[in-house]
Amino acid sequence: MAVFLFTVNYLRKHYQAGRTAFWYAKVGTVSTLERDPGDGMVQVLDEEGGVVGDVPELSEEEFVAMYRHMKLARHFDERAVSLQRQGRMGTYPPLSGQEGAQIGSAMALAEDDWLVPSYREHGAAMVHGLSLKETLLYWMGDERGSLIPEDANVFTPAVPIASQIPHATGMAWADKLKGDGETDTAFICYFGDGATSEGDFHEGLNFAGVFDTPNVFFCNNNQWAISVPRERQTASETLAQKAVAYGFEGVQIDGMDPLAVYKATTEALEKAKNPGEGERRPTLIEAVQYRFGAHTTADDPSVYREDDEVEEWKRKDPIPRLERFLRNQDVLDDERVAAVEESVREEVADAIDAAESTVRPDPGSMFEHVFAEQTPELRRQAEEFAQLRETHGDGAFVEE
Amino acid sequence: MSTQEQAATQNLTLVQSVRDALATEMELDDDVLVMGEDVGKNGGVFRATEGLYDEFGENRVIDTPLAESGIIGTAVGMAAMGLKPIPEIQFSGFAYPGFDQIVSHMARLRTRSRSRYTLPMVLRMPYGGGIRAPEHHSESKEAFYTHEAGLKVVIPSTPYDTKGLLISAIRDPDPVVFMEPKLIYRAFRGDVPEGDYEVPIGEAVTRREGSDVSVFTYGAMTRPTMEAAEELAEEGIDAEVVDLRTVSPMDRESIVESFKKTGRACVVHEAPKTGGLAGEITATLQEEALLYQEAPIKRVTGYDVPYPLYALEDYYLPNAARVADGIKEAAEF
Repeated sequence: MAVFLFTVNYLRKHYQAGRTAFWYAKVGTVSTLERDPGDGMVQVLDEEGGVVGDVPELSEEEFVAMYRHMKLARHFDERAVSLQRQGRMGTYPPLSGQEGAQIGSAMALAEDDWLVPSYREHGAAMVHGLSLKETLLYWMGDERGSLIPEDANVFTPAVPIASQIPHATGMAWADKLKGDGETDTAFICYFGDGATSEGDFHEGLNFAGVFDTPNVFFCNNNQWAISVPRERQTASETLAQKAVAYGFEGVQIDGMDPLAVYKATTEALEKAKNPGEGERRPTLIEAVQYRFGAHTTADDPSVYREDDEVEEWKRKDPIPRLERFLRNQDVLDDERVAAVEESVREEVADAIDAAESTVRPDPGSMFEHVFAEQTPELRRQAEEFAQLRETHGDGAFVEE
Repeated sequence: MSTQEQAATQNLTLVQSVRDALATEMELDDDVLVMGEDVGKNGGVFRATEGLYDEFGENRVIDTPLAESGIIGTAVGMAAMGLKPIPEIQFSGFAYPGFDQIVSHMARLRTRSRSRYTLPMVLRMPYGGGIRAPEHHSESKEAFYTHEAGLKVVIPSTPYDTKGLLISAIRDPDPVVFMEPKLIYRAFRGDVPEGDYEVPIGEAVTRREGSDVSVFTYGAMTRPTMEAAEELAEEGIDAEVVDLRTVSPMDRESIVESFKKTGRACVVHEAPKTGGLAGEITATLQEEALLYQEAPIKRVTGYDVPYPLYALEDYYLPNAARVADGIKEAAEF
């Protein structure tokens, strides 16, 4: 593998020497064309999958895993949207276009690191141990979908925008307090461009700066908060530069370049755990990207944005980009790609089968998990509810 | 705190008993920490955390930035990771920037995670009027929190209960909103045992036994209610005063039991009438004990107006005379 990396980096130096790689382009030096990640943001792969930055040190297996995770997330997403359209699932927030940011960042996490998602991080959460079946169950309206397995350091998804950011700060802070100021765990928190306008973004990052907590704040700037464009959220030139106000580093990266994402996240996680002399632990990463689909299956993006814009961004699609790169390195070929596609189809189909064959939750279970111990009034209501079901039968309540 | 180390009890004000409860539990459990605006070096604007900073250090008595959502939201994160944070909101009127965190997360995290993540945290806030404070410093909004499933809401009225209930709240595996009647923070002293003891959450207490009419109240209103009851006793009306102590979960059993004895009721709170807990209590009595009822249930409450600036607050807050009128009305119908 060392040979492989050596070759990649050698080729880059010799054949792409004219291109400038921006590693950790610092805030203030970024000449931002918000809609052109190729210009000035941290990048490893260009749109064609050509190498323009230092390739992170991943093994061949890890590169293939990254590719497979991204394909899996994309296929899952397509099937999920289709399930919603067929009435087999409720409202669902698609992630297509954002696989590079989600998979690239989540793969950088150590097993003990914590992932605090918004509601769109199905891909990232999957990499960190939340099964696709659980994600499906959640969007199928079953609370058991948010029962995170004990061995996965994933927090439950937060729907109110930005409200998970103070949680991530508090979780990281708790870890640091328990370790008397030391920690070998980092806490990555995801949110979108719209979230940066919320008070909780400010409060969460401000606390993180003040208490120097081991956080990575990962902003998926997908350009659109439902119908409102990034420019309407803030007059700031970049979102990354907001970190300056909190006293820590902000970086703007090409969020559709999984290798740039992986590298930037790895460095931020390392800094969260082992900051250098005079460095603050937290980092704000602005991963510039695009959501190809709707905000959720409940909106129609053609109302608020042009098809041309979508097509333009689809040229930056993270999956073909990584695929071209890996084909160029002879890590992937037609046969291996076909095998990945086949296994991804099977895995998603299995998850859907598992979710759809899960028996509806026991209706009485809504009275559980309110408190550790049921209050007398809750017991009364639960009994009354049981009586009601007995009298009328479940058919009286459930619309099929 | 106490210089009389041999004494089994101390004579404390209500706010001193808050401090005593915090110190007691922090001593016993390293996971307990206090956080908020001015709670550290300054010891809290009401002195509720006085001396704790020196005793337990800056990592357990944490001066935070001035940001209620940040305070409550980070406390949620801490509690999810197993610490037992006690965030203080300086005045309940300033809790609203953190309201989303309270409603969307504090109250819901156990349910949402099917008990994978639970929140052993206590949100302390002084509430209520009568201290000649500026705008937004005097409201009594306990109904906001009792309306939210997943929260327990405690409102003590004596130094003894304050310590015992706060200790119970800290030990509770679920989030508790602990509302402190700041009007009576220093109004009187009471015997408070040293060391740790619990007063159970969810249990009302009868402050005065009586046979003619039941009066249900809590927090700072317990005092004028007791005063009124004593005055009425001289007129031959024997009122029973029940102090709820916990407004959610409410001790419906004790409420109904008292009402069955008297058949008449008056409910007293300083919060506005509409949507207030008096309505909940009245409805409970209708559901559970209609056939015992001998008179309309009287509500003596704050008015449905924004809390007035203090030149008029004495007209807004129920006082002994108003409470006495209400009790009388229920008793003499």
